[in-house]
Amino acid sequence: MTMTVAMPGRLPRSVMPVRLAILAAVVLAMASVPLWASGGSQRLLVEFMTYVALAQLWNLMAGYAGLISIGQQAFVGLGGYTLFSLAILAGVPPLLALPVAGFVAAIVAWPTALVAFRLSGPYFAIGTWVIAEVYRLGFAQVGALGGGSGISLPVGLVKTISADRGTRDSIIYWITLAACVAVIGCIWALMRSRLGLGLAAIRDDEVAAESAGVVTRRLKLQVYVICAGVTGFLGALIFLQKLRISPEVAFSVNDWTVLVIFMVVIGGIGSIEGPLIGCLLFFVLREQFSDWGSWYMVGLGALSVATMLFARGGLWSLIAPRIGFRLFPVARAAPRRPS
Amino acid sequence: MTDLLNAILQGVLLGGLYALFAAGLSLMFGVMRFVNLAHGDFIVAAAFGALLLVDMLGLPPLLAVVILVPAFAAFGYLGQRLVLNRVMGRDIMPGILLTFGFSVMLQNLMLEGFSANSRRLNAGWLDTASLPLGPFQIGFVPLLMFTTALLVLGGLGLFMSQTNTGRLMRATSDDAQIVGLMGADRRHLFAIATAIASGVVALAGVLMAIKTNFDPSSGSIRLLFAFEAVIMGGLGSLWGTLAGGIILGVAQGLGAAIDPGYQILAGHVVFLIILVLRPQGLFPRQRP
Repeated sequence: MTMTVAMPGRLPRSVMPVRLAILAAVVLAMASVPLWASGGSQRLLVEFMTYVALAQLWNLMAGYAGLISIGQQAFVGLGGYTLFSLAILAGVPPLLALPVAGFVAAIVAWPTALVAFRLSGPYFAIGTWVIAEVYRLGFAQVGALGGGSGISLPVGLVKTISADRGTRDSIIYWITLAACVAVIGCIWALMRSRLGLGLAAIRDDEVAAESAGVVTRRLKLQVYVICAGVTGFLGALIFLQKLRISPEVAFSVNDWTVLVIFMVVIGGIGSIEGPLIGCLLFFVLREQFSDWGSWYMVGLGALSVATMLFARGGLWSLIAPRIGFRLFPVARAAPRRPS
Repeated sequence: MTDLLNAILQGVLLGGLYALFAAGLSLMFGVMRFVNLAHGDFIVAAAFGALLLVDMLGLPPLLAVVILVPAFAAFGYLGQRLVLNRVMGRDIMPGILLTFGFSVMLQNLMLEGFSANSRRLNAGWLDTASLPLGPFQIGFVPLLMFTTALLVLGGLGLFMSQTNTGRLMRATSDDAQIVGLMGADRRHLFAIATAIASGVVALAGVLMAIKTNFDPSSGSIRLLFAFEAVIMGGLGSLWGTLAGGIILGVAQGLGAAIDPGYQILAGHVVFLIILVLRPQGLFPRQRP
């Protein structure tokens, strides 16, 4: 008698080549955009990819590691300010300052985590917010960086990237695309690894995960610091395009955390597809309803409330069972007993 | 020296308002391990409610309190029964994200209704009346805030220790499941807790409207103040909440005395220092 017995903990691999081919085609198509698209749509795509990456990172923290942060704007702002400080005060070329900004954000995240991790659950969320406020108010006091009114990136330094604006936009586009693909790829790989299994266990039941041998605190700390670093890199990238930074914009809870939370929640928390769908939906809605002003935000708030009441897994949890397809499969076959 | 002492004195009185901000948050967390992230926005909503009643309908501020407190309490009871009880449970994420959605909705609804302008409630003679105390002047409004805080916290303490419902609530706080087994209706107890918290929120909102400027987006910072007072005081301790509020008020007052730009920052920094040195707060009752 032949039986198909799934190996315990093995991931199904049969359809992987098809998936990878589809994803590679999408990435290649995206990479070709600067060659034919207008500057406007190129900049819109940069913003979209930035939010996809931010949403994936927030989802990694909240959806998998159980760390609900309302303070990710701290690291967007830190990244941006690191780039501007290095460029203005030390004359470092912006492209070189990008990775440094990510590194600095990760370093700062370490002591930040030691403070924030003293709180748990809802109080962790508010605590991260307080810490982000401290950074915002702190940078408003730094006169060398323009204080509360902010500072611009000198034109000479911007031109070290390229003297031509079109070329500059294309370079930034490709860096953003690479960052976005890397974030999704790494999270996907992580969730298919042993560490990812530990994270999924924390998501499902933290106490049970701990008793099954997952060192939850260390794992959470690692996730927090890495997410902060990548968020800092993205922040530097965001303000490299804006060419101007101020504490209000750099540490804006609405722009860098509230919107991101809505995207993840509405799209579907705890999956890789969910934040992607959430970002897509957000950008489509924004193009349609942007002149509705604050009603638009009321609608987003209502959508996320409804999601929490009626479909906690978001849109993706409604779509996925119907189509029976996962673009980024991370589920493992449960070990079956031979009968 | 007098300036410094005055800053401390005014900070202590302001701490009464912060304790009122924090009381509702503390009560709800104590009874059901739940934090309403829209807490600050409800305070601002109460302030706008008072503005509507007083400035537009011409009611006296005291009457606004008599209307708003029961209205908010009823709203809190229904909100808990109809909505929040659905997200209670061991998984805290739905509750956090749901109330976060509420917060953004409420802020933007108020923005539509009242515009982004900064407002303040005109309380007539109350605004300027003060008592001389040696070299200091103690305003009626700050004094009113502080005594209200004392009365509310004292009343809550009596309610928790002397009434049957209060005792059931403390029991729920210790172990909600056992209380359910004993035949108490947890959903009703939770709703009572939220109703009381909402009533205090209304009271705090009206006082805040008289004391400071507010605008539709200023709820977030009130949530942060309330949270800081709760954590510094120690979770679950009512009088600790007052101590936390006073520490926050004094820190802000001293910060502002150095440089107006340091007011809020000083409060946050003192909070973080206490969090690092004494994460359980000054007068802890419960484990977080």
